[in-house]
Parts: sequence; C-alpha cells; structure tokens
Amino acid sequence: MNPYGITLTLIVFYLFSELHSRKRAFYTNPVLLSIATIAAFLWLGGFSYESYMESAVILKFLLGPAVVSLAVPVYKELDTIRVYWKETTVGITVGGTVAILSAFYTAEVLGGSHDVLMSIAPKSVTTAIAIGISEKIGGIPALTAVLVILTGILGNAVGSELLNVFRVRDRVAKGLAMGVTSHGLGTARILLEDELAGGVSGLAMALNGVFTAIVLPYLVKVL
Amino acid sequence: MNAYRGLAIIFGFYALGELVSSAFALSIPGSVLGMLFLLGALVMGLIRLEWVENEAELFVRNMSVMFVPPGVGIVLYVGLLKSQVVPVSLALLVSFLVTLVTTAKVVEVLRRGRK
Repeated sequence: MNPYGITLTLIVFYLFSELHSRKRAFYTNPVLLSIATIAAFLWLGGFSYESYMESAVILKFLLGPAVVSLAVPVYKELDTIRVYWKETTVGITVGGTVAILSAFYTAEVLGGSHDVLMSIAPKSVTTAIAIGISEKIGGIPALTAVLVILTGILGNAVGSELLNVFRVRDRVAKGLAMGVTSHGLGTARILLEDELAGGVSGLAMALNGVFTAIVLPYLVKVL
Repeated sequence: MNAYRGLAIIFGFYALGELVSSAFALSIPGSVLGMLFLLGALVMGLIRLEWVENEAELFVRNMSVMFVPPGVGIVLYVGLLKSQVVPVSLALLVSFLVTLVTTAKVVEVLRRGRK
C-alpha cells in the first residue's frame, strides 16, 4: 500500500482547515476545497484515482464507525425529542420526503440520467449516510458526496436569510428546516444565531439521515 | 486504555450493522443500522454513555476529512457531469429551496395550532 493518498489528503485538508479557522465563510469550506484541489492535482498531474485511493481509502472506511458514533449525540438530545416529538416527527417526515421527491423529479424533468437521479435523491442527508445510501441504490457516491456538501454550503450561506424572507420566526421550525435541508453545515450556521434552533437542527440532521436511509431505497423502486 | 473499550464498541456495532444488513439483504446501510443498535443499547442501559462518549465524539468531530477521498472520485465522472450540469444544478437549487421553506412552514403552522 502506498502512503501518498492519505498523506496528500491530510496535508491538503489541514491547510484548508487552517484557512477556514482564519476566514470563516461558506466559500472556505475545507471539504469542498480539498476535493477540488486533489481532483485538480490528479487531473493535471496525470495521476490515477486508483493510486490515490490505495491509501486514502482508510479515511473513507472510517465513515462507517463515524456514522455509528452519531448515536451518542442523538442519545444526548433525547430530552429534546421528548419535548418536541410532534414537531420532529412531522418535520422529518414531511421535510425528508420533500427533499427526496423535489430533487428526484426536478432532475428527471430536466433529463437527468438514472445514476444522476440516484445520486441526487439523498443530497439533504449528512454526507456519511448519504454516501452509504448512494452506494446501496446504484448512485455515484462521489457525485452524492459533492452534491451533499454543496447543499450544506447553500444552507450555510443563505439558509437563515431565506427563512427571514419567508418570515419564519419560530425557533424550532427554523432549526428543523435547517437540519433537514442542509445537515451539518446548516446546523453550524443556525447554531451561531440560536442555541435551541441549533440543537433541534443537529437532531433533525441525524434523524433525517436515519429516515432517508430507511425510506429512500424502497421509495426509488416505486418512483 | 479505556479508548480500546470505546473503539471496540463502536467498531463492534458497525460490524453488527453490516452483518444484519447483508444477512437480510436490507437496503439500509450497515452503518445506519449499527447506529440504531448502539442508540437502542444506550437507551436500554446495556452500554453506558461514558464507555463510548469520548471515542464517538472523536469520530463525529473529525468526520469531515473522511468525505474527501470519496468526493475526489468525482474525477472519474467529469464527462457525465458536463452532459448533466443543467439537471444537476437546477435540481439542487430547487430542492434546497422547496425543502427549507416547506419544512419550516409546516412546523410553524403545527406550533401555532398548539398554542
């Protein structure tokens, strides 16, 4: 196994994380910048993706245990679920379903191919879970990863402003909408404005991941 | 030393999730099943929070770097993306807007009804 892929990933990610901690903005997102930089490096240098992945696959493998670990933050938020169980249930069922159907049908109407539809359907779910769903339903996990991050960046950049434009004032509604739509990056943004909304958003992100993982594979069979 | 216990629990639940997913040919990813099993074990008191808390938080906090290698795979699909750029980008924008506003409005109406 060559050590170059993982070294390159860690160096590039470290540098962009440093940049992001100095300039906190949606366009300094370290994941997207790292993907773009490494992809450009492989492309321009004529290096194969396979040789990059030979050791970088270790990081990808850790997504499995990372998803399992999400049980801990959810467990810690169980009291929030007890208080807002009705809002959470309705918000995730409606929001999670709308996220899947609106992405799927918009892409289909505009002539999206089958693998593109399968890649975009889980785009509102936290990246680690979305990649897992994409693999299961015949999407392109790489495309899903990029689309999920772009969705997160949209929420982070303009989610709060849009909620204001549509005159959403309720804190729980704001949090649920951000978490269901834009997962971790949306949660990070709303957390800056309101702790309750941020907590609800984090929970919505995790539960929407579970909801979509269970529902989407069966839903795509009937779409 | 305790880190090994936490890691063993997390990897163990991941293994269990994968096992169940493949044994029953389920469409749900094994990692998501493992998460649900661990959550259930925490709720039932079979696993104590302090056994896994630090290790789980280490994974969750550092998850972002793990998205990079799968994302770089996009280099294999440059041709496909070029031909699908319109459906992909419009679906992304439309779905983002519709999901955000619908979810917020539905929950807001629900909350008003309760007061």
